Amino acid sequence: MEIDEKEVKLLEARANSVRQQVVRMIANAGAGHPGGSLSATDMIVCLYFKLMNIDPANPDWPDRDRFVLSKGHACPPLYVVLAELGYFPKDHLMTFDHVDSILQGHPDMTKTPGIDMSTGSLGQGLSAGIGMALGARLRGSDYHTYVMLGDGELQEGQIWEAAMSAAKFGLDSLTAIVDTNCLQLVDEVKVIMPSCEPSGGKWRAFGWNVLEMNGHDTRQILTVLDQARRHIGTPTVVIAHTVKGKGVSFMEHNVAWHSRGLTPEELTQALRDLNETGGLTS
Amino acid sequence: MNHLQSMRVAFGEALAELGHRNPDVVALDADLAPATKFSLFAEEFPERFFQVGVAEQNMAGIAAGLATVGFVPFIGTFACFASCRIADQVRTSIAQPGLNVKIIGPYSGLLTGNTGKTHQAIEDIATYRSIPNVTIVAPADGVETSLAVDAIADYAGPVYLRLTRDPAPVIFDDTHTFEVGRAYRLREGDALTLISTGSMTPTALEAAVALAQEGLEATVLHVPTIKPLDVNGVVEAARASRCVITVEEHNIYGGLGAAVAEALSEQLPVPVYRVGIKDVFAESGPNALLLEKYGLTARHVVEAARRWVTRWSETRA
Repeated sequence: MEIDEKEVKLLEARANSVRQQVVRMIANAGAGHPGGSLSATDMIVCLYFKLMNIDPANPDWPDRDRFVLSKGHACPPLYVVLAELGYFPKDHLMTFDHVDSILQGHPDMTKTPGIDMSTGSLGQGLSAGIGMALGARLRGSDYHTYVMLGDGELQEGQIWEAAMSAAKFGLDSLTAIVDTNCLQLVDEVKVIMPSCEPSGGKWRAFGWNVLEMNGHDTRQILTVLDQARRHIGTPTVVIAHTVKGKGVSFMEHNVAWHSRGLTPEELTQALRDLNETGGLTS
Repeated sequence: MNHLQSMRVAFGEALAELGHRNPDVVALDADLAPATKFSLFAEEFPERFFQVGVAEQNMAGIAAGLATVGFVPFIGTFACFASCRIADQVRTSIAQPGLNVKIIGPYSGLLTGNTGKTHQAIEDIATYRSIPNVTIVAPADGVETSLAVDAIADYAGPVYLRLTRDPAPVIFDDTHTFEVGRAYRLREGDALTLISTGSMTPTALEAAVALAQEGLEATVLHVPTIKPLDVNGVVEAARASRCVITVEEHNIYGGLGAAVAEALSEQLPVPVYRVGIKDVFAESGPNALLLEKYGLTARHVVEAARRWVTRWSETRA
């Protein structure tokens, strides 16, 4: 894939504005999962604004690419992206997590236009992605299915049931992305489950094509996910090295920001950080 | 004696037949196809059959994904695994989004081929009754099983189909029809009302014949759809006798008896006695001895009926 530098800049700017909306939404709701939302943002932006074959005017198009956010708690950036693309009016964004909102605390395909699969209970999205990929094969369609997992989520047994079967079925129209931000709810992934990381060798042993990337580097995201899509014969997993809370100084690498709302002061600081750095901190 | 037919075999044949008529039907197995009779579909439609290995949770999730792109997935495993083992996968990936997945549990109740309590399913109805959007169907025999396969395939949304493993009496002929959500009056009588589901309906009918010989004429209401319950059918069946006995091969907590008691207590408060498993885990053993020990034979139904009619006869007089 040829990288257009102007496009990279636009995607980076887009990701920064998505991050700002994300922290506003979570502050407004008084609850949410900012850490894992911010680690996933750059990849979700690249998928929806560049890589995925979608038609927001026709959300039920049968041949569209699918995206399953298996780490469903990181839904705010996905909601912002869907709203920006016109799947629903942007004024819904500030209703996130409110009663009667179309934007639930975890993705709900029955309420939110553009959501391909309901998720929230960790470990289940990869199986659903396999079903979508098998469906593409049965229908003779060439759509691609992307599933985003969390690194803590890899502790769920169902992930490895799914990993075995995706390789068995030779699903090269399936790409899993592991948002490897190295933190989970209680502590660092390596403390909670020392054998969990590095996961690349495990995926390889299960029959997957394994790629790695910096999940905040737009050029790498575009290049590596394109490579994943072109791979033939086996499913591909992309280990995306990320920073939990990316772009907000007091959230980065801080386990306390897995799940909590922001005070008005914290929101002001977060927006200041994002404006100053453009989300492109270390 | 009626001739015997296995529900799981009737199911397998009906699914294979359905596969010819509906190209969107796909089947998923977790290493039990010869037992669940998904093998009959697999032989005819290998390209629409997916063997996922001993991994029921993944099977449920793959089915959900296939349903999102318009397929009608049937997944099969023993009833114990088709309920408790995948309860959260069904809840989150299938029932909450209302996806069109059919969950088949062919080794329900106690009669699981001498495998004991780990493989018996006495909690499956209760599990699925408490999950919104899930329809629960438990046919009485092979004939009704075949009809139910077609009906649930045409019925949009998640369905749990509860089946019995071994050959059992056939009570319906080819004039029987089956509609999801409807209960069926199989016998009329004013002395008491027997309300049964699944494989216990032949037992309830056998008990009704014996009770008639004692002068107690029973209405028998067969409830193949436990959820949504045909509340009107239940109320009307209980109206004349005002004395109800439920019969099921399931824990008395959370099953058909509980559903009937809940409905009647609000609509037509009458005494309800529940014949079923008394909140205990059972054990390994031959079918007849298990049914005897855990109180699920026609004789147990007759004895319960006599006691219940006697106890409430003064109230009703």
